This record gives sequence, C-alpha cells and structure tokens, in this order.
Amino acid sequence: MDCIDPMKELQLEDVEVQLLIEGLYRRYGYDFRNYAQASLKRRIHSFLKVEGLPSISVLQAQVLRDRAYADRLLMGLTVNTTAMFRDPSFYMAFRQQVVPILRTYPFIRIWHAGCSTGQEVYSMAILLQEEELYHRCRIYATDANEQVLRTARNGIYPAKQMQEYTQLYLKAGGQRTFSEYYTASYESVILRPTLRERIVFGEHNLVTDGSFNEFNVIICRNVLIYFNQILQNHVHELFYNSLCKFGILGLGRQETLRFTKYETLYEDLVKAEKLYRRRS
Amino acid sequence: MAYELIAIGTSLGGLSALKTLLGYLPKEFPAALAVVQHRHRESDEVLSSFLQQFTLLPVHEVEDKEQIQPGNVYFAPADYHLLVESGYFSLSIDEPVSYARPSIDVLFESTADAYAERAIGVLLTGANQDGVQGLSILKARGGMTIVQDPDTAESPTLPNAAIANVAVDLILPLSQIAPQLIQLCTSAGGYSCKPSLQ
Ligand SMILES: C[S@@+](CC[C@H](N)C(=O)[O-])C[C@H]1O[C@@H](n2cnc3c(N)ncnc32)[C@H](O)[C@@H]1O
Repeated sequence: MDCIDPMKELQLEDVEVQLLIEGLYRRYGYDFRNYAQASLKRRIHSFLKVEGLPSISVLQAQVLRDRAYADRLLMGLTVNTTAMFRDPSFYMAFRQQVVPILRTYPFIRIWHAGCSTGQEVYSMAILLQEEELYHRCRIYATDANEQVLRTARNGIYPAKQMQEYTQLYLKAGGQRTFSEYYTASYESVILRPTLRERIVFGEHNLVTDGSFNEFNVIICRNVLIYFNQILQNHVHELFYNSLCKFGILGLGRQETLRFTKYETLYEDLVKAEKLYRRRS
Repeated sequence: MAYELIAIGTSLGGLSALKTLLGYLPKEFPAALAVVQHRHRESDEVLSSFLQQFTLLPVHEVEDKEQIQPGNVYFAPADYHLLVESGYFSLSIDEPVSYARPSIDVLFESTADAYAERAIGVLLTGANQDGVQGLSILKARGGMTIVQDPDTAESPTLPNAAIANVAVDLILPLSQIAPQLIQLCTSAGGYSCKPSLQ
C-alpha cells in the first residue's frame, strides 16, 4: 500500500527549509538562518501557494539561479505590517515619560530599527513637533528591505487608512487635527514635508550590519519577534552598544528583555509599554 | 511519550466555554494550554485576567519567546498571531488569516509542526471556520483532535465545520472536555491508546 508517513514528510520539509535558507545565505548573503522557524515556514508556504510551486525544493532551484526571483522571495519572507500610532498607549507614555528626559538634552539622536514603510517614524516626528523638540532631533530610520524604505522616503500612503490613523493619533495624545499633517490627492495622501526634515532613511540589516552611531533613543518594535533567541541576543548587544548611558530602548507591546541576556543592564522606565532605560 | 501541549481555539461564545473548561482543570495539570480566542484588537489584558479568576492554573498573555511550561495557560495577545516553536512561543503580525489575528489556524498548524503527536487540538464554540484547516493538519501529523458537541455550543458553526471536514477523534459535550483532557494527559501510555470514534 502506498502511504506517506506524516512524520517523515514533516522531517523532509524541515530539511528543505534549512537548505533553502542556507542557499539564500551562501548565494546572496541574505541571512535568515536565525529567524524564528514557525513564521518563516508559514511565509515560505504562502509564497509557494502564490507562485503555484509544488515544493520548497523546486523553489530552491529557481531561487539559486535567478536573482530577481530571489528578491521576490525576500519580499515574501519579511512581514512589513505597520501603522501610524500603532499601540497609541506607547506614544502616550513616550510623550509623558520620555519627552521630559529628552528635554534636558541639547541634541537628540533617535534610531528606528526596522521602520518598514515609515509610519512609525512619521508618528514620532509628529509627536516631537508637537512637543517642540523636533528641531533638536535627528531620526535615523533603517530597514533591511530597500523596497519598504522607498515607500518610507516618499511618505505617501493610501487615503483610506487615514480614518484609522486619525483615531489612533487622538488616542496617542495628539494635540492638533490629524489632517493638518497631510495633503490628500486622489486615493493617496502625502505627509507634510516638514515631518521628513530631520529623518535620515537608510538601509541597515540588524543581522549583518554593525553599530553606526550613538543614540539617546532606540525604537525597535515588532521586528525582533521574527528572530530566534540567538539572534535576539545578538541584536540586543548591538542596541546596548549603540545606546548612550541612560539611553532609552522601546520594544513592541508583547516584546520583552526578560528572555534575553540584557535584562539586568536596563531598568524599566514604563513597564507596560516596554520602555527601558540603560542603567549606566 | 505523553501529551505536552493542548491547543484550544474558539470565537463567539468562547469566554464562557473557556470558563467551564479551564475551571475544571486541577492545579497539577501536567500539560500546557495555548489558547486563541478571537477578540477585538484593542482589547487589552482583560481577557486573561478575567479568566484567571476561574482557574487554578496561572494564565498568561504571551510575550514573545516565552517558554512553554506544563500546567500553565497561555493566551494569544490581541492583534498578534501566536505560533508554537519547540519549547517556546513566537508572535507575529503577519496579515490576518481568514480575517482573524490571532488566527486559530496559525496556532494549530505551528503546533502540528512543533509538537505533532504530543499535542491535542480542541475546537470549541465559534462563528466562523478559522481553525478547521489547522485541526486537520494536526490530525494528519498524529495529534489528538477534539471538537465540542455542536448541540452544547453557543455558536455551532465552527464545531459543525470541523466535524464535516476532519475525521476528529472525539466529539464531546463541553462539560466532558476537561475530564477527558485530564484523563488523556495523566493516564500512562498517552497517545498510544488513543480512543477512536469508529
Ligand atoms: C512588522 S515590521 C515592523 C514595523 C514597525 N516597526 C512597527 O512596529 O509598526 C518588521 C520590519 O522588520 C524588517 N526586518 C526584518 N528583518 C530585518 C533585519 N535583519 N534587519 C533590519 N530590518 C529587518 C522588515 O523588513 C520589516 O519592515
């Protein structure tokens, strides 16, 4: 009788995933080797489905020979979901607890690591403008994916999202009318150019690139969830070394330093919002 | 080898079903429970703290890379998918699956991958079909599958869809599910003497 053992099938698939990931790294230097497995596997499977490919092995053969195809896969493997003022209570806490600290600095450097299409960065720019601190800031907004960075630089977003963003802006403690920050044109809105004035967008890969400056604040939300613990520790080392003394680290709502080696090197600034402060 | 992880999925009516199910489990329950309950994305931790009142087991809103420990109940946080790795959880904000984030399918499929025949999948009351595909994958990987008897479900759509699409191992009234889980997880032999419907 012809019968596929489901366990063997599963092990075979794990081998295929590993080979694909190893191939991407050896051929192109794209390093997904320490990404969290479960979500990576889901992404690979949905890519197979969209492309109508029968197996990971077939995908691998194609990816190794065709760079354009590999780039397409790359887009498929990373998750770029984001929003302006996502988790408004985070921005509220930033306004109330972090801004007073920043006021004491003559010049403020902020790093948004894994900024995706930029909404998070522009939200911060709006907040800092309203607090009249923006002119003293420089925001470095980085991502490993150049395609999302292009969108981020343009600051053009679908108009249909503005209703949701407006709600979130208000919950985040926004002090003006949200529509002051953009100009609508057909189906899109263009964010006010002054928001971009103090932002530098650039490509930076948290796995393979090192420290490039010293910051007062590092924000990295919903990026580390895609990494395993080995890689998380690696990135936390990078963040620790890139923060100045008493610098502030902001993680995503369900992210924590608790399961990393860096827990004791920070104190909680706002525990519920995952705002930490470097101890020394 | 015994069952180590119980994945539970529910939507409409889930809160009171979970109250009954979790309330029945004893303090020294030997397996971990991972739960996806569809909910509004802005609901905060109230769900887990609410259910904590009714169970002896510690209830957690999962934080990324949290370890999976026996005798604990882990909830998918609002607006994140909950994924099971071997020994710990990961979260993701991948696009919603069947309009849901957290999605039951995502929990069940990753459970099937990481725990296979060491897992039990339980679908309770619910108003859509999220979870059916995940349950069928878990079943194919050797996991035990349990569905709430639709007659006892506040919303029978999900149990009915599961029964129609998956050759589930057990269909049980809500009140029987926790006792069955206790038996499955504490009796020696575990999955090897899994009961069959036929
Ligand atoms: C889900 S988005 C998070 C966006 C935003 N920070 C937020 O929370 O709304 C994750 C981002 O991490 C980026 N990313 C993934 N791996 C990365 C890496 N190795 N280095 C830098 N960025 C990475 C992805 O390209 C994606 O834009």
